[in-house]
Formats: sequence, C-alpha cells, structure tokens
Amino acid sequence: MQQSKDQYYVPEGSYWPIVGSIGMAFLLGGFASSLHGSGLGAGLAVLGLVIVVFMVFGWMGQVVSESEGGYYNQQVGKSFRIGMGWFIFSEVMFFAAFFGAMFYAREFSIPWLAGEGNNMWTAKLLWPEFSANWPLVKMPNPETFAVPSALVHAWGIPAINTMLLLCSGATLTWAHWALYNKKRDQLIYGMIATITLGVIFLGFQAYEYAHAYGDLNLKMTSGVYGSTFFLLTGFHGFHVTLGTVMLICILMRIIRGHFTPENHFAFEAVAWYWHFVDVVWLGLFIYVYWFTG
Amino acid sequence: MATTTTEIEADIHAHDDHNHGPEPGLMRWVKTTNHKDIGYLYMWFAFSMLLIGGAMAMVIRLELLMPGLQYVEPQFFNQMTTMHGLIMVFGAIMPAFVGLANIMIPPMIGGPDMALPRMNNWSFWILPFAGAMLLSTMFMEGGGPAFGWTFYAPLSTTFAPDSTDFFIFAIHMLGFSSIMGAINIIATVMNLRASGMKLMDMPLFVWTWFITAFLLIAAMPVLAGAVTMMLTDRNFGTSFFDAAGGGDPVMFQHIFWFFGHPEVYIMILPAFGIVSQIIPTFARKPLFGYSSMVYATASIAILSFVVWAHHMFLTGMPVAGQMYFMYATILISVPTGVKVFNWVTTMWRGSMSFEIPMMWAVAFVILFTIGGLSGLMLGIVPADIQYHDTYFVVAHFHYVLVTGALFSIIAGVFYWLPKWCGNMFNEKLATIHFWWAVISVNVLFFPMHFLGLAGMPRRIPDYSLQFADFNWIASIGGFAFGLSFILLAYIVVDCIRNGKPVKEARVWESAKGLEWTLPTPAPYHTFTEEPPRELILKESSHSAH
Repeated sequence: MQQSKDQYYVPEGSYWPIVGSIGMAFLLGGFASSLHGSGLGAGLAVLGLVIVVFMVFGWMGQVVSESEGGYYNQQVGKSFRIGMGWFIFSEVMFFAAFFGAMFYAREFSIPWLAGEGNNMWTAKLLWPEFSANWPLVKMPNPETFAVPSALVHAWGIPAINTMLLLCSGATLTWAHWALYNKKRDQLIYGMIATITLGVIFLGFQAYEYAHAYGDLNLKMTSGVYGSTFFLLTGFHGFHVTLGTVMLICILMRIIRGHFTPENHFAFEAVAWYWHFVDVVWLGLFIYVYWFTG
Repeated sequence: MATTTTEIEADIHAHDDHNHGPEPGLMRWVKTTNHKDIGYLYMWFAFSMLLIGGAMAMVIRLELLMPGLQYVEPQFFNQMTTMHGLIMVFGAIMPAFVGLANIMIPPMIGGPDMALPRMNNWSFWILPFAGAMLLSTMFMEGGGPAFGWTFYAPLSTTFAPDSTDFFIFAIHMLGFSSIMGAINIIATVMNLRASGMKLMDMPLFVWTWFITAFLLIAAMPVLAGAVTMMLTDRNFGTSFFDAAGGGDPVMFQHIFWFFGHPEVYIMILPAFGIVSQIIPTFARKPLFGYSSMVYATASIAILSFVVWAHHMFLTGMPVAGQMYFMYATILISVPTGVKVFNWVTTMWRGSMSFEIPMMWAVAFVILFTIGGLSGLMLGIVPADIQYHDTYFVVAHFHYVLVTGALFSIIAGVFYWLPKWCGNMFNEKLATIHFWWAVISVNVLFFPMHFLGLAGMPRRIPDYSLQFADFNWIASIGGFAFGLSFILLAYIVVDCIRNGKPVKEARVWESAKGLEWTLPTPAPYHTFTEEPPRELILKESSHSAH
C-alpha cells in the first residue's frame, strides 16, 4: 500500500476537469445572457453553478480518498503546497487591482476633476461646481448617482469585524497546534470557534450592507467610492464565505478522523487561505473605512 | 465519486505498472493527465486559433488592398482587428507556449510529468470553451467586440454591444486557465526537477518559462480585475471608468497596461528560451553567457511591471510621468541587448550548420531585433507623439510577435517535432516554406513602418490615396504569408504520418539536454527515475563539461 511513496506519482485520468469547464461555460454564459434579458440565461447560470459545485465536491472527494488511500507521497504534498501558495498570490494581485483603482481615484482622478495641476479647464468645462472630496459623497455629476447621506463609520461594525477576523486567525492557529500535538478536542473546538467567528463576521457584513443600502443610500451606484467600497468588501466577503465553507469541510474531515500531524495539506491550505482573507481585511479596514480623510 | 477501500486497493495495484501506455479511444484526450498529451492538445488548439485569427487578418488585408471601402463594413472591419488581436494573443501565442512548456519542461528537468497533472488537464480544457465563447460574440446581435484588443473604456463600456459581457467572461476563463497553467509550471520546476539539477543548471527554456510563469500569476489577475470593473460599470452602475462618478477612463488604461505590458513579455520570454536552446545546437558551442541570460530574463521580467504607461504617453499624463516611463522603458533594452549579443556571440566562430530550426532561430534573432529597435523608437516620448496609433506601431508589434514569438514557436516545433513523433519532416519542403514565409512576412510588415511614419492611422478600413502603394504591397505579402501556413500544416501532418523514421535519441547530432537522452519517439511517460547529476552536467547546453 505504501509502495508508491518512493516513486513519482502521476494521477490517473479524470473527467472532473471537463465537467468543470462545462459548468463554468454554462455559469458564465448563462449569467451573461441573463444580463441582456434572456429568460433562459438565469436558468443556465444556476445549472452551471450546480455543475461547478458538483465538480468541486467530486474532484476534491476523489483527491481526499486518494490521499487517505495512501497514494500520495511527500513530493505530491509539496506540489500541492506550492500550488496553493501561488494561487493565493494570484488572489492578492486580483485584490491589488481594486485597491489600485481606489487609490487612483482618490489620488488622481478626483483631484484632477476638481482642477488640480494643469487640469483647470477639465474642471471648468465639465463640472465647475465639483470640489475634490474623499470618500466621494459629492460626485462630479450628482444627478445620475445615489448620493449617500453618510458613510459607514470605521469604529462601529468594521472595527468589531476586524476583531472577529483577527480572533479567528488566532483560534485557527490554536487548532493547528492541537493538530500537531494530537489534541483532538482542542482541534475540533478551535475549528468550531473559527467557523463561528467567520459566520458572525458575515452576518455583521450583511447587516452593514443592508444599513448602507437602506439607511445611508451608500450603494454601488454611489460614484467611485461606492464602487470600490462594494467591490472590495464584496469580493472579500465572497472569499470569507468560500473560506468558511472550506473550514466546514475540513471540520467534517477532522470528525471523520482525517489528518495526521505529518500529513494535513488540506488543513494547511485552508488555514493559509483564511489568513490571506484576514490580511486583505486589514487593508480594507485601514484604507476603505479608516484613513479616508 | 464515492470510492470504496477495495476499489482503491485494486487501483493501487493497477498503478504499480508505471509504464502503461495511453488509454485507447478518444476519451484519452479528455481525461488525460499526461503532460505530452496535454501539450499536444495545446499545440493543435493554438494552431486552429492561429488559422482563425489568420483568416481575420486576411479579411483586414483584403479590405486594405486598395483605398476605399470594398468588401466589408467599417463596423465589421473593427470586429476583425479586435478579434484578430484577441485570438492571436490569447488563443494562439500563449497556448502554443504553454503547450511547448508542457511537452518539454518535464523531459528537460528530468521529471516524470507536470506537478499537478489534473489541473494541467483543466487548464487546457477551459480553453476550447473560452475560445468558443469569444468567437460566438461575432454572431450575436450588435456584432462582436469592435473596440480593439485593448478594449479601452468607454468604447468597451458605454458604447459597446451586448456581446461584450460574453467577451468579458471569455477573458475571465482564459485568465483562469493561464493562472493554473503558470502555477503548474512553477510547481513542476521547483518540485519535480531532478535533485541533481541546480537552478543554474536548468536549460534556458526552463528558466525563461519559470520566470514567465511568475509574470502570468502577477499579471493575469489584474486583467481579471479590469474586466470585472468593466462588467460592473456596464451592468451594475459602478463608475470606475466614468468621470461623472469620480472615476476615469484613463484609469482603465493604467489597469489594462499594468497587465498588458508584462503580457508582451509573457509572449516573448519563452521565445528567448527556445532560441537559446536551438542556437548552441547548430553552432556546436555552449551558449555564451548563460548566467547573464538568466539575469537578463529576470531583469526584463521585473522591469516589465514598471513601464506600463509608455503605452499611454498621449493620455495627458504629467511630464514627470512621461520622463520616468520613457527612461524605464529604454532601460529594458539593456538586458534585451545582452540576450541578442549572447546569441550572436554563441554563433561567433561556431561550426555553424543551417538545419531548418536554426534557420528559423537566426531569422528570429534578426527580425526580432528589428522589432526591438522600433520599440526603442516608440519608447521615446517626443517621437511617440508622432508614431502613436499609426501603422508604425502595427509594424513594431508584428515584428516582435510574428517574427519574434511565432517564429520561435515554429523554430521550436521543427526542432522538437522529430523527437515527439519519431519522424523527420520533409526538409526540402520545409526549406521552401522557410524562405516563402520569411520573405512574405517582410513584404507584409516592413512597408508598414513607412506607412506609419507617413502618418497612416491604425484600425481604419480606408485610407488616403498616398498610402495606396505600400498597402497594396503589404496585402500581397500578407496573402502569401497566410498561404504559407497551409504548407506548414501539410509539412507537420506529413511528418507525423509519413515522415522518415528517426532512430537516434539525439535527433540533432550536437543537441545537448536531458530531453535528447530519451528514446525517439519520446516515450509516453517521461523520466520514471531521476537522471543522475553526472548525466545532467554532461547534457548541459551551456557549460563546457
């Protein structure tokens, strides 16, 4: 059973990739159709999503059973770790694009629209009433945008959420120690605590969104601050959601008795992902909520 | 996919035999985890897309054959230029390089396969769906994207057809595929390299791809961000690229070119690698300046992230910005010059012979250098004010991408094809094909320099009468160059099916590298045991061991 350990391991062929591609094509093609009033589009998108979810669970299920079956050697584990590490780096660059857009708007496009530098005529000819402000509550042309009455205050829910995520990073590391030291109860409690904190975070975030849309009139359509606010926090929230789902899967595997102190790549990968989501949040808290003046 | 323990055990026994061949039937290609299978799929996909993109180029050249509007509507002409660019970049050149990486990196580093073979399969099998989605936009109401391959806002947001959202998702899928492919290459090079091979023992093709993979991982997500912002600007009322809401269309260009400039190096660094493999073989000398080649590649890669706004000199950026981006851009010519001089010095006083791959490699060095020099001209701000958006730019990037990237791919295919299929191609036909393609490509692109300097703008279906002669010449060259690919397809298929069998493992007598120690045709599974360090040093194409 352990024979393969000394040899190279090349996994056998699989239908999951093509299933994933078909699901992805349905999901994205259907979504694009639905944006242009195709009734069929939304249905196709849902079908595609179901296929993608089916694929993820099927593919991962196969990998888990191969791993538990003793197929994988240290080299496979290292490939997985390198892959996960650089995948997270690609995610960092995705967020960097949106952070970049926010800084560009804040430092360049808004001051320029207000006439800074040699842009006097830009301001005079386009929107002479406009003066630079950040976070942007008075747009150059307020008529076509949802003008917010107030902003989300950093030292309310966002500060609580910061604490929640930082604590969740600690509880996850506590669980990781437990895994190394074979303390099963501590491991399970640590995981449950992390998941709970993640879910509470998401609950607060949903409440904050409802508050912003319902009470503050801060929307995606509130000019470029609203755009960056909702896309940054929205993609972050989406990643927290994915991370929470992955943590739940890991917890279920722990309960089934998977993972050893030496062999727990999936746990590590999800932990890295969770810490990455934490760090992105710190960037959001500082630059989207806090140092906005 | 619930698998019982007994099934796994049965499976493990099946796995004991590592030398089993490919699965019979067509499903082999769908399910495959074999790096060569996947690489060949990439190559055929890239070649099909090259023909489709090439057909679009033929439409463009046909319309430009004579002044006036002859054959197509301006709107359709714009769709042709846009789709031609997108398909060639994302459908032909990038997949072809990933294909070559898949086929060649494991044998070059003494590894068994790619590090993450199932993900490798997925990287490929996303492409046909993404390509189909991209092409389908042309048949939708309002037509396909017509805003140029750079899809600048607001042309691609406010004024674009509905099909643009399909284009956006096609880009998302292509990017996802590229990122997974790049992760795989990094993991393969870091983890599956024979333990006797140190980093500075790696062949240059492996080095250049290793560095390119980092560029891909850093640049493609930014492109995903840009198209996501486009999507929300178009459909959900955000104002990233809308000045009325505090955004800026120029911001699109910054984000796009932050991806776009590394992207052009993604399409040329692997080409440098291929040429650096071929030239020492046929000059019968070790590669000159191996370590400087590695450092030059890394320098180009780092610089590629800090020069993006040289595509935007005319957007009204501050003079200080123009100066910075100009100097940073010109700086890239230093490591690039190191490379060109190293190739020339490798050939200097070598026992040169001019087999087909060498002819393509030499053509690459000469013609890519022309493209590089016109790039220097474009990098100079005051000159760029004159050249911007003219045919000079078109001439420049076709010299780097066609006679650069594409020629290196053709060189690589001729170099490695006998190893892949075990047959030699028809050298007489390949010689005819070489001269046909090299002459016609220059007839096609060289006059574009003159057109551009005389002021002919790019992306237009009609032009003033004074541009007529050079356009006529370019179009004739274009049709001839287009036809040469039919001959190329014939040569390759003929080689695979009826070529004279090659028995030697070392197809080219002085070729060095671990890939030439494997039998010809290459076995289905590459190295099942690591090659020893003595062999690696003996096979090094850059040291004099």
